[in-house]
Amino acid sequence: MNLNKLINSTPVGRMDIGSWRGSYTLFKKEILRFWRVAFQTIASPVLTALLYLLIFSHVLESHVEVYKGVPYSAFLIPGLIMMSLLQNAFANSSSSLVQSKVMGNIIFILLTPLTYLQFFSAFLAAAIVRGLMVGLAIYLMTIWFVDLQLEQPVWILTFAFLGSALLGTFGIIAGIWADKFDQMAAFQNFVIMPLTFLSGVFYSIHSLPPFWQTVSHFNPFFYMIDGFRYGFFGKSDISPWISLCVVAAFLFGLAWLALKMLKSGYKLRG
Amino acid sequence: MTIPAIHIEQVHKRFGSLTALNGINLTINQGEFFGLLGPNGAGKSTLINILAGLLKPTQGRASVMGHDVVNDYQAARMNLGVVPQELVFDPFFNVREMLRFQAGYFGRGKENDAWVDEVIENLGLTDKAHTNMRKLSGGMKRRALIAQALAHKPPVIVLDEPTAGVDVELRQIMWGFIKKLNAEGHTIILTTHYLEEAEMLCQRVAMMKQGEIVALDTTTNLLNKLAGKNLRLKLNAALPTTLLPLLKNGENGVYTLALSELSEVEYVMSELRKAKLNIDDMQLFEADLEDVFMSLVGENVSAK
Repeated sequence: MNLNKLINSTPVGRMDIGSWRGSYTLFKKEILRFWRVAFQTIASPVLTALLYLLIFSHVLESHVEVYKGVPYSAFLIPGLIMMSLLQNAFANSSSSLVQSKVMGNIIFILLTPLTYLQFFSAFLAAAIVRGLMVGLAIYLMTIWFVDLQLEQPVWILTFAFLGSALLGTFGIIAGIWADKFDQMAAFQNFVIMPLTFLSGVFYSIHSLPPFWQTVSHFNPFFYMIDGFRYGFFGKSDISPWISLCVVAAFLFGLAWLALKMLKSGYKLRG
Repeated sequence: MTIPAIHIEQVHKRFGSLTALNGINLTINQGEFFGLLGPNGAGKSTLINILAGLLKPTQGRASVMGHDVVNDYQAARMNLGVVPQELVFDPFFNVREMLRFQAGYFGRGKENDAWVDEVIENLGLTDKAHTNMRKLSGGMKRRALIAQALAHKPPVIVLDEPTAGVDVELRQIMWGFIKKLNAEGHTIILTTHYLEEAEMLCQRVAMMKQGEIVALDTTTNLLNKLAGKNLRLKLNAALPTTLLPLLKNGENGVYTLALSELSEVEYVMSELRKAKLNIDDMQLFEADLEDVFMSLVGENVSAK
């Protein structure tokens, strides 16, 4: 039939189902989305971290020595890098998702043949890139002011990668769950902020009263920061291997939840 | 046998206690220009969302070009382009970027750029190709939305109320392009409130009411079968009671009578003569799809 011939001649055919080009396109779009507003998404968290460094190191430099032979400002920097990295990885996936849900343009992704795994990978990879970029930018800015050791770079990279992946995944979950911007803001202010601030960014948990030390051990952020810091100084509150196991376990748990939500179409497909 | 563009079999959709679709059966052939009509809440968008994979049917099955929308959703979506009803857009990118991304999600790469440019040109978006989506006017956003649905060159295109709030110029541009795509073999499915549009464009229409298809036929057949002719009379007195069964509406001495066939004019005239009434004015015109629509779903439209 003539009509059939016409249709078959259009370059539709079947998508190569295993093709990851769709997922790569979504990843690229997500990267460009934050890069277009880099002033807000990269420069601004770097500035905030530098302000923390300036104020805290000025006030506490001569009073606090957490690890022997490590100046307070040097101790503080890995914490600040990790804190910003985590917050920005979370912000990237969560704000992108909640924004496209509120604006309605998430439909353009939902109409495509992208699988839930491809959807997840694209958002996650973009969140990791944003987290690592912010972390790297803070590192590059601060090494001008403070002499920072790099004892075991592999641990640094491992925790930077796992931390941004964990928070990127958490951001995907929050972004799918939240229907409004204020729900997202509540999530950020009542969950993410307390967890980051109470994780040992500014102090060693050994300086805390026993009760709060115990509480800190239930905070996954503590393990990410502690393990990350180990990479710089070769010293940490607990063994980096324990931190690695805890962080990996949380990452798998959250990734499982995120994939389950995406697979079922929770809040995205009816 | 040719695979139908759309095949819907006993599709039900329930939201809690609300039944949005109640056993829809529908087959749309390749190359058709098909109209899906019905009042708000009839279930048109629910049906489209099921085809698009945005909703899962509670019961029944649907396929696009032979691919089940649930079990073989990737292939089904590859073959389908949907223009959503709401004017949604991504505020971060310009028109061309958006279209290339959209094609990319479907696995299309640089080889598809020429088609994207063709879509841009045909929808009169060339001047706006580098304009950010946010800065486009409502009409231009609508064009971009249509372009997005076409970016991966799907053989089946669904337009959900595409002309709501759209000016005459855009309608012409849009229909010109859509008709061209149809002539090239694309299947077009249109939902609309503008019945004259459906009448003008669609070879076949389905009318929906409360989650069911109440009429499904070629536009010509529906018009012939259900609409007949309309006779408008201006009289100097009230309409004879014998003619009341034919009355569609009447105000200020102007009465519109629905005739199932032309020969009924004779009967009307004889009744008027019997009643010794003078005819001040008389007009005979073809009924349109709106009449068919009103006769099928009328009470419901007015109830809303």
